[in-house]
Amino acid sequence: MNVHLTQKISYHLLRVITYAIVISVGYILFDIIRHGLPVISWDFLTGFPRRSGSEGGILPAILGTIYLTLVTIAVALPLGVGCAIYLSEYAEQNRFSELVRLAIITLAGVPSIVYGLFGLGLFVIFCRFGASILAGSLTLACMVLPIIIVASEEALRAVPRGFREASLALGATKWQTIRTNVLPYSISGMITGSILAIGRAAGETAPILLTVAAFFLPKLPGSIFDQVMALPYHLYILATQHPETEKVLPLQYGTALVLLLLVLGMNIGAVIVRIHFRKKYKW
Amino acid sequence: MVNKKETSKPIIQAIDVNFYYGTTQALFEISLDIAPQRVTALIGPSGCGKSTFLRCLNRMNDIIPKTRLTGKVLINDRDIYDENENIVELRKQVGMVFQKSNPFPKSIFDNVAYGPRIHKLNGKNQLIEIVEKSLQRAALWDEVKDRLNDNAMSLSGGQQQRLCIARALAVDPQILLMDEPASALDPKSTTRIEDLIGELRTDYTIVIVTHNMQQAARVSDETAFFYEGQLIEFSPTKKIFTKPKQKQTEDYITGRFG
Repeated sequence: MNVHLTQKISYHLLRVITYAIVISVGYILFDIIRHGLPVISWDFLTGFPRRSGSEGGILPAILGTIYLTLVTIAVALPLGVGCAIYLSEYAEQNRFSELVRLAIITLAGVPSIVYGLFGLGLFVIFCRFGASILAGSLTLACMVLPIIIVASEEALRAVPRGFREASLALGATKWQTIRTNVLPYSISGMITGSILAIGRAAGETAPILLTVAAFFLPKLPGSIFDQVMALPYHLYILATQHPETEKVLPLQYGTALVLLLLVLGMNIGAVIVRIHFRKKYKW
Repeated sequence: MVNKKETSKPIIQAIDVNFYYGTTQALFEISLDIAPQRVTALIGPSGCGKSTFLRCLNRMNDIIPKTRLTGKVLINDRDIYDENENIVELRKQVGMVFQKSNPFPKSIFDNVAYGPRIHKLNGKNQLIEIVEKSLQRAALWDEVKDRLNDNAMSLSGGQQQRLCIARALAVDPQILLMDEPASALDPKSTTRIEDLIGELRTDYTIVIVTHNMQQAARVSDETAFFYEGQLIEFSPTKKIFTKPKQKQTEDYITGRFG
């Protein structure tokens, strides 16, 4: 076949594939926005649900998701980044460290319901945290840890070896080198990767199903040992478990849109962090 | 191999140094003495071990996994491979400039101040003084004195390399190791670096690895020719370029191989 023709065909094929993806995502977004936007009001965002969620707002679910996300970040970020630093800067590169890496990548692919059950067994029952923000966040943290570790290790590896060598050659210790000449340049990559992962986790239902989420709890939590409502679980309930699923359809759209905006907000935050650090340290 | 005419006591002494990357031996029984306040050039074809040897002198090879050294390297009569050796102190004493200029993506000031800061030589005024003095010694002060807060990455390649030299000088080393410091630079910047080496030799002992034989001839007092991990010849530069003792040296400097 003519090379130019092959070239043309592959170009158009790739273009069609890209458009197909953009169009389907666009349609989902459009559908959610079209049906969800009319539902969103001040009362919806700041009100408490009434009649098992058939009426009223979703404030407890919004705050629940925010709390879960914050505690997840507080737990998963230091652990994941710490692990990545150890693996990429300190650990000897041998069979064992390769095995650890393989295990981490495998963990990233474990279905979220398995994390949910694991969290139920370990945090809720064994550690006696009960169904609580703590148990739910720890479960979500376990789920995002592998992704944070992989993203952070990649960010660390992107720092040129020359910076490390120059710093060591000036008599800096390994830790001084990492702290002053590796971490500052990799932090944007770490934070971006981590926030994207946690944003994804914020929308997960299965891990929180058994560890924290309340079906209907029209009050705000007092401590991290309380249960909370959460947006994805609330959506799941309204869509599948509610006695009047048809009637609450608008509320489902509203909830989905709020969840979407929340995740979008986090992702925009990640982009801003990246731009900020890129400007500060460029090479 | 040892240069007998040298009267002053050597500052660096390598004694029977063998070096291994895993099971591959890269250096074979290298022994040579380097006199203080001289420029010593290490020449030889790629892969001959000259950079490996250079990096043995400040233990930079330690960071490469599975490497091993036997024999001794004495600096000021101290065995730097002794288990009690303080590597931080060693590297303060033995500075290094790399082939690829590697300024940190920080301000010009912070680059030069990096070493003094980690060694707690601070005190704001003292730091400013050290930075100025180091930049002057590296012949960069006049070009950057008005923009010390600019990012070092905004400098040209040649300026970046001189900044790296200034950064190395800021911790006040006795010895300066240079690993092909001009190989990535244009001819004009190369000349500036070579002139700088000529100025620095009065205060520092310089060991420079170079691919460029004219450069070795221009800047160095002694030249060591490495080939396949062996030290073939070590003589005053004038001698090695006019009357090499070894056939291999002659073949290399006349361009018959390498």
